[in-house]
Amino acid sequence: MPVGQIAFLVDTTRCINCKTCEVACKDVNEGVVGVRIRQVRTFEGGEFPRVFAYAISMSCNHCEDPACVAACPAGAYTKRAGDGIVVHDPERCIGCRYCTWVCPYGAPQYDATAGRIRKCNLCVEELDRGRLPVCVTACPMRVIEVGRLADLETRPGATMLIRGVPSPDLTKPACVYLIRSEATDVR
Amino acid sequence: MTAPAESDDATHVVPVVCNHDCGGRCRLEAHVRGGRVVRITTDESPDLADRPQLRACLRGRAIGSRLNDPNRLLYPMKRVGARGEGRFERVSWDEAIDLVTSRLQRAVKTYGPGSVFIHHGNGDEGAISGVAAARRLMNLMGGHLAYYNSYTSACLNYTAPFITGRRDTSSYQTLPHSKLIVLNGFNPAETIFETNSCHYLARAKDAGAKVIVIDPRLTETAATFADEWLPLKPTTDVALFVAMAHVIVTEGLQDQAFLDTFCIGFDERHMPDGVPEGLSFRSYVLGAADGTPKTPEWAAPITGIDAATIRRVAIDYATHKPAQLLQGCGPQRHAYGEQSVRAGITLACMTGNLGRLGGGWGGGEGGRSLGLPIGGFPTGTNGVKARIPVFLWTDAVVRGTEMTERDGVKDGPLESNIKFIFNIAGNTLVNQHADINRTVAILRDERLVEFIVVSDQLLTPSARFADVLLPADHSLERNDLGSPWTGERYVVFGNKVVEPPGECCHEYWWLSRVAERLGLEPAFTEGKTREDWLRQIVAEARAGDASFPDYDELRSQGLYRKTPEPYVAFEKEIADPAHHPFATPSGRIEIFSKTLYDMQHPEIPGVPSYLAAWEGPEADLVGRYPLQCIGPHAKTRINSTYDENGWMEEAEPRTMWISRQDAAARHIADGDTVNVFNDRGALLARARVTRRMRPGVVSVPQGAWYTPDEHGVCHRGSVNILTSQRPTPLAHGNGQHTMLVDVRKA
Ligand code: SF4
Ligand code: SF4
Ligand code: SF4
Repeated sequence: MPVGQIAFLVDTTRCINCKTCEVACKDVNEGVVGVRIRQVRTFEGGEFPRVFAYAISMSCNHCEDPACVAACPAGAYTKRAGDGIVVHDPERCIGCRYCTWVCPYGAPQYDATAGRIRKCNLCVEELDRGRLPVCVTACPMRVIEVGRLADLETRPGATMLIRGVPSPDLTKPACVYLIRSEATDVR
Repeated sequence: MTAPAESDDATHVVPVVCNHDCGGRCRLEAHVRGGRVVRITTDESPDLADRPQLRACLRGRAIGSRLNDPNRLLYPMKRVGARGEGRFERVSWDEAIDLVTSRLQRAVKTYGPGSVFIHHGNGDEGAISGVAAARRLMNLMGGHLAYYNSYTSACLNYTAPFITGRRDTSSYQTLPHSKLIVLNGFNPAETIFETNSCHYLARAKDAGAKVIVIDPRLTETAATFADEWLPLKPTTDVALFVAMAHVIVTEGLQDQAFLDTFCIGFDERHMPDGVPEGLSFRSYVLGAADGTPKTPEWAAPITGIDAATIRRVAIDYATHKPAQLLQGCGPQRHAYGEQSVRAGITLACMTGNLGRLGGGWGGGEGGRSLGLPIGGFPTGTNGVKARIPVFLWTDAVVRGTEMTERDGVKDGPLESNIKFIFNIAGNTLVNQHADINRTVAILRDERLVEFIVVSDQLLTPSARFADVLLPADHSLERNDLGSPWTGERYVVFGNKVVEPPGECCHEYWWLSRVAERLGLEPAFTEGKTREDWLRQIVAEARAGDASFPDYDELRSQGLYRKTPEPYVAFEKEIADPAHHPFATPSGRIEIFSKTLYDMQHPEIPGVPSYLAAWEGPEADLVGRYPLQCIGPHAKTRINSTYDENGWMEEAEPRTMWISRQDAAARHIADGDTVNVFNDRGALLARARVTRRMRPGVVSVPQGAWYTPDEHGVCHRGSVNILTSQRPTPLAHGNGQHTMLVDVRKA
């Protein structure tokens, strides 16, 4: 993986909302019900019969200005130099849940049994072995990509301004989406 | 064959198979450490344009979670208390097998082998699966009462041959060649059915195809792919198709040369002998016979689609060629599902699309036989000739010997009512059959079915009705083969990666022990282990295909696959009709079927016709039960498999979809618990109030596990407490989506 902020690109225009990414992520991350490290949310709009729906698959956005890092009193979060991956270390986590209050995207997930947060670490063990994150290789529609933010955000149509999703101004998420016109944020 | 040992600390990545009741077979790899499956991954071979990876869906990815389910059945048990109560006591395998053997012997001796029914069951399939092994055993004992049809595609399989000689569908690889794709009740984004069905749909869109989806729900398929959504009232697709035919005829857009060359019964000039005038499809459409022209204005109030839209869609369909009309299995799982099949084929013929690359008609998401010629466990010859349509098995319990051809009995009469049931890897005994309240009342009466043996992994609603309950192994606990039902040419090898828990066993083992007690063991096993049979199946496949790997190679690779190619159904018949007639009495496509006409049955007309469904939008019952209810497949389940799984419930909870309008009229808010009911029963469900549902229609996805309270209300939302056992007129199939209900806040 080349140096520079790493990011996800999700092409929601062909996402079938199957939630395979979510379940595949769960399978490699201890599989606790209630801990949804990647989550697919569904949105709908319009008036019958002119109705639309779209799905947003999202985990942690490995923000350039990560609120979680700033909020964590235990130093469990680190933004890695070089690739910018925001790594959470459950060993250092004290379970205070401050990060869950400040992250606009609901990425940190509290595991009540373990009393710890779990979060997408961008499958760093896979990346470090030259492999792709599990959600990327799981998606039956091949809509999730991982790459350098600089490359992905220049993709035609790539945006983080999505109706129903918090503004990117807050934490500068390293994630972009291709969306259908109905999902365009009109704020 | 042993799995990696528990003491082994290294992680082994081993090919396994997802062998549930789905048309696809995806590639899975189990990561095994310390005798446990710790991770599941999918196909990692190169992802090529003409050979896309076989990536598993969410259900396949969760197979480890099901394997490790803490509620797995671990020991043989026998019933104590009343049947269906769900009270069991542990017994030894010897005692269980003795009991099964003696009761089986008694049934065969008292009532004959025709009293034994091996139920529909595909929950965990495999080359040597339990159903096949039970058939083999029974055939050595003189036979068993066999069935035809399925719960999946009864009307399709039964009806298509009357029209085109056989049921056939082009492969998904042809989709990128289509200019227009009409999907009628076809929802591969949720059912998947063939591993890459949506991948090819996306490729078709990339290539510029326009997609029209006909469905009362804005399904995930519609939300993702549809350029236009036609939210039709369930049971009325034939009215829509007939009105489209009216537009095509009156605009003169039909492919007359195609109709004249390949079809009979479209117009009066091409009718079989001995049929009175005015009975052609064209006459029906124009209203010559009944005085009602089937115009878009006629269809609009029936279907709920406005006339201008019907007219525009008809013209689009007739002028964008090639166009494919694909129907899912849902439309044919209705009151007159046969007519839906016939009308769809007729439209494809009127537009000259049948047999052309990128054109054609597809029924039930498949129905092709393109798979590799891979054999199965030989079941022998059934000495009992009588067969029933599977949907009428409850009738065969109550009045089997009185059933006739009018009930769909073939080669009858039945020698006995059903007295003994093998229910192996199946949940149709209770959950997936219609009208659960009637079904369980029949099963509770021990004078009717005298003995039920169930083999399964979990205590399903059907398993609760066992007299002897046997704990089955899981596909990751045995070596096995899997191949997709219809489309692509590959076979998957599933390795045994862990030992079965407790005393779980494969059915071949206990059926062999039953055979032993009956003195039939040598004939049943031929001295072969399961592994020997698998080796034999692979050896036979190799005999016909030199590149087929040998057993050990297949085991380690996990997959043998040929590059998929576009297959066009009926291509030969259209390209060279002189040498390839359709396998119908006339050798042509029978839009008018004399065979069907001669039945002189008001619900089996000579040409495809709209018939108002018994519990459809035009039924009198609408006064009491104003909502149509359908039971679509949920993305989180394979029929009822995985309903028990917490991961699936979290990914997408069980809900009943209801329109905002219908919810508001009943003061129902999103997330409320509601009671859905009709004269047959009632269930509780969580309401999902959505714009994505046609007003007047609700959906309760099929497959939830029947869980009644003391009043018989199902708390988990099993839709079959509401469905009817009334069979369709021609196929005697399951019209399970046809029902009327009402909903109130619980
Ligand atoms: S998405 Fe949330 S958890 Fe992830 S880096 Fe941004 S602020 Fe932190
Ligand atoms: S990168 Fe890994 S941890 Fe993150 S969402 Fe994808 S699968 Fe889950
Ligand atoms: S796996 Fe892919 S298609 Fe399915 S929900 Fe996730 S992103 Fe969408």
